[in-house]
Amino acid sequence: MFSLLNIRIGFFLAKRQIRRSSRWTTTLIIFVMFFTFLNLVVVSGILVGLIQGAIDAVRTHYTSDVIISTLSNKTYVENSPEIISIVKSLPQVEAVTARYLEGGTVEANYKTRTDEKEKPNTATASITGIDPVAEDSVSGISKFIIEGEYLTPQDYDQVLVGSFLVEKYLPIDSPGFSTLRNVSPGTKIRIKVHGVEREVTVKGIIKAKVDEVSLRLFMIDSQLKSIIGRNDYNVDEISIKLKPGVDPSIVRDILKRNGVDRVAKVQTYTDAQPKFIKDMVNTFALLGNMLSSIGLVVASITIFIVIFINAITRRKFIGILKGIGINERTIEISYIFQSFFYAFCGSLIGIVTLYVFLQPAIAAHPIDFPFSDGILVAPIGGTMLRVGLLMITTIIAGFIPARMIVRKNTLDSILGRN
Amino acid sequence: MIEVQKLKKSFKDGESTTEVLKGIDFVAKSGEFIAIMGRSGAGKSTFLYQMSLLDEPTEGIIFIDKINTQTLSTNEKTDFRLSLFGYIFQDYALLPEMTALENVALPLLMQNIKEKEALAKASDALIKVGLGKRLDNLPSQLSGGEQQRVSIARAIAHEPKILFADEPTANLDNESSRVIMEIFRDLHRKGQTIIMVTHEEEFSKNAERIVHLDDGRIVKEIIQKPQ
Repeated sequence: MFSLLNIRIGFFLAKRQIRRSSRWTTTLIIFVMFFTFLNLVVVSGILVGLIQGAIDAVRTHYTSDVIISTLSNKTYVENSPEIISIVKSLPQVEAVTARYLEGGTVEANYKTRTDEKEKPNTATASITGIDPVAEDSVSGISKFIIEGEYLTPQDYDQVLVGSFLVEKYLPIDSPGFSTLRNVSPGTKIRIKVHGVEREVTVKGIIKAKVDEVSLRLFMIDSQLKSIIGRNDYNVDEISIKLKPGVDPSIVRDILKRNGVDRVAKVQTYTDAQPKFIKDMVNTFALLGNMLSSIGLVVASITIFIVIFINAITRRKFIGILKGIGINERTIEISYIFQSFFYAFCGSLIGIVTLYVFLQPAIAAHPIDFPFSDGILVAPIGGTMLRVGLLMITTIIAGFIPARMIVRKNTLDSILGRN
Repeated sequence: MIEVQKLKKSFKDGESTTEVLKGIDFVAKSGEFIAIMGRSGAGKSTFLYQMSLLDEPTEGIIFIDKINTQTLSTNEKTDFRLSLFGYIFQDYALLPEMTALENVALPLLMQNIKEKEALAKASDALIKVGLGKRLDNLPSQLSGGEQQRVSIARAIAHEPKILFADEPTANLDNESSRVIMEIFRDLHRKGQTIIMVTHEEEFSKNAERIVHLDDGRIVKEIIQKPQ
């Protein structure tokens, strides 16, 4: 019964009804559909974006596109100089940084400690030796300095302290975790690595939403190398930043073909993601879908009520239409068109708002969550799927009340009898 | 053209049943102008609604062009009303969101007539009832008499076999009523079959046959020369 004629006349009726209906009512319904669309797309997009922001931060400020790290049974990446020269020779590579890593302790306030029985103010840290220029060209960590200054290659005996090692920035008191009190640029602290103790000056405090930055203590690589007595230039981590548009897996595979994976772990940033991060992405996506489903139900109830009230108040005219020979299916189609119009306009305004305003604005000014800079993840495919779902739900929600009213006795409708 | 046999219609209201039509036999021939009269509650409008297939009788048979309408499905009855009948209601029954032209064109479009042709026919019908200058007006922008003329134009635009009119002048002033009746007379002169419910003696004089109903039965029929 969905003949071309029914559709044509249904469209004719719907067009006129929408055109001459109250502008306020139409605007209000479209407004509801617009917010439903945002609820469908933006809520799940923010939830996924919250984790995606953390993933992106780890990629940008720690692993970069490809990371080479030590095998689990080795203490460092063997043949590091050769590997670095292979990496640097690849045309896809934009910048490289190598890091030395050693676990150690940091002690503060030792000069003011008068009582021998008083517990020393120490913290456990990953001491990281870097070439400050190369590191900054890959991970851009210099922008995270919140106190003091970033390191220069000449800053011997100077360190950057991660904010999570400083009580002022992480005021927690946990039995298994301690932080340094009264530490700021210029403070002398003592580091102890491999039994070697050295007094250094805090040059800056660094704070990023990446644990591998905020939980580390950075110093010049040549100094750390000499402290730990590693003279063979073998490093613990190599982060590789690729030129824009290069697929990290291509570089990973090239390095594997060159035998790098025999002496080190070669991973893209996605390979290096812990499983729990992937689980969190899926969990938040699921959570987003659940919230979206509620939005979808609310939208369908809204449209149901709107169309039901519209059809009830127009019952007499529906009766007249049937009386003069317009069949039931055509009248139902006219209501389907009206529902479609509301959903289409709401979605269209939503899509424009999302891709022209919201997504670029949030990308430029990420939402400051405690553990990540949240972005809005809204891939076109997923958005279109949600638009489709909204359309189908709305059309069904519009059809049902129209059918209920249209099926009533023609004469009862015309005369307003129950 | 129309033959009604032993037509009964009753309405249920809880436990009680009210019998409005109590077994009517009636025949209307092609080209006739029939006025159905009677006092309030006599069953005039109910009788018209049964004949025009807007309602289902409780008992009895209605033949239209020898087709037993009891055998028709809902959709077939809708098609019947679309192609064979024209309706004029007491309260005009125009669609408020459509212009006069669109109101008249709608049944034509539903008959799969192309839009251009439908609008031309609708325009002709409106010109015939003297509304050539009000084509693009909404019903709310027209007087009662003008709205009823739009209703007549809609009823006649597709050249129906039978025109049903339910108290077409009840809501109009004398002048507007006279204009409407003049249109009816003109249509009848051109051979249009008209069945009209009215309680106004003056307008029943335009019909060639007057059927009097009382208490759900035909009590009197008068054949006359229309004035």
